[in-house]
Amino acid sequence: MMELATPLTGAASTGEAVQFWVLAVVSVSGALGMVLCRKAVHSALCLAATMLALAVCYMAEGAVFLGVVQIVVYTGAIMMLFLFVVMLVGVTAEDEAKEPLKGQRIAAVLGGLGFGVLLIAGLANAKLRTFTGLSAANAGGNVQGLARLIFTQYVWAFEVTGALLITAAIGAMVLTHREHTEERQSQRELAEQRVRLGTQITPLPAPGVYARHNAVDIPGLLPDGTVAELSVNPTLRARGQMRDVSGDMLRRQDELESGSADWLGRKAPRPRTSTELIPQPVPQPVPAHQPEQAPSAPEEESE
Amino acid sequence: MNPVNYLYLAALLFTIGATGVLVRRNAIVLFMCVELMLNASNLALVTFSRLHGNLDGQIIAFFTMVVAAAEVVVGLAIIVSVFRTRHSASVDDSNLMKL
Repeated sequence: MMELATPLTGAASTGEAVQFWVLAVVSVSGALGMVLCRKAVHSALCLAATMLALAVCYMAEGAVFLGVVQIVVYTGAIMMLFLFVVMLVGVTAEDEAKEPLKGQRIAAVLGGLGFGVLLIAGLANAKLRTFTGLSAANAGGNVQGLARLIFTQYVWAFEVTGALLITAAIGAMVLTHREHTEERQSQRELAEQRVRLGTQITPLPAPGVYARHNAVDIPGLLPDGTVAELSVNPTLRARGQMRDVSGDMLRRQDELESGSADWLGRKAPRPRTSTELIPQPVPQPVPAHQPEQAPSAPEEESE
Repeated sequence: MNPVNYLYLAALLFTIGATGVLVRRNAIVLFMCVELMLNASNLALVTFSRLHGNLDGQIIAFFTMVVAAAEVVVGLAIIVSVFRTRHSASVDDSNLMKL
């Protein structure tokens, strides 16, 4: 009861209180979203939201320089690095559903809850009610005050962190650098190899349908109206993100015809079914020069 | 409002980050959780700086940011090189030392 009687000094203003509760909701929901989202990209975006909210918190607490550094370094540099690596490693790399250790997730959540309760109970037990505030320390400017400390009292730590940053940069370069174990193939060698293998001699067909769609996820159409699968990037094909628009023209024509039939009072034509909308591939004729490859087999056997 | 609420927020964020490290498998998300824990401790340090009325807490938070940047650079490089050899970003698949 005695502790409650001690007056609260350095209390935050009402405006800061409102700001705090808004930012607290944003940052906690961002953190929860980061842990709960299945895709790494969504986690990264949630974390960026949390970091921005924390940057505003720093500024409200009088650490203006740290708030700016938080935005520039964390949301600017570190989160972009994360997004680059997510793109390199694959956006769709999701967690496996199965657990290698039985009951590990439940145990982890319970342990986390206990840890949080201990932390918060410890803080509540400390009964911090006298906040000095930074108005005196920030009197000559926040950046000037920090600079004075960094270049006098903490100059050794500052230099060591400089060395650490250089080491980290070199380490990252060493780790991601790959030596070429064999000489790079020239353009002529690649062309000769393509002709020798004979699978795809010409360049791959371009995606998109002329005059209507030119997005990379829309496959080009062959002369018979079927889809040229090769025209879409293999990654998009593997993810099933190919957008087929080959039936669109016929569907639009059907809509026009039924509209005009309504207008003229005629009987509406039967709408095309989905199998009729998508053109079926025409059976390919067997190539005439097929037997030419046959004599090459005995040569290999003689070697 | 008592500014100690900032410390409660920091504790909550740290707890969420620590639980995330234990629950998730994707190495990139694990790194994000570690970043969240570092950020939460930075918020606590800034609040301590306000509590004591000097700037030393902010200096330590600044150094934490520098160390976090270095850590992320090396850690992500390790993730990329592991992904090149194992074709997986899951921490369960990096078990070459296991019999």
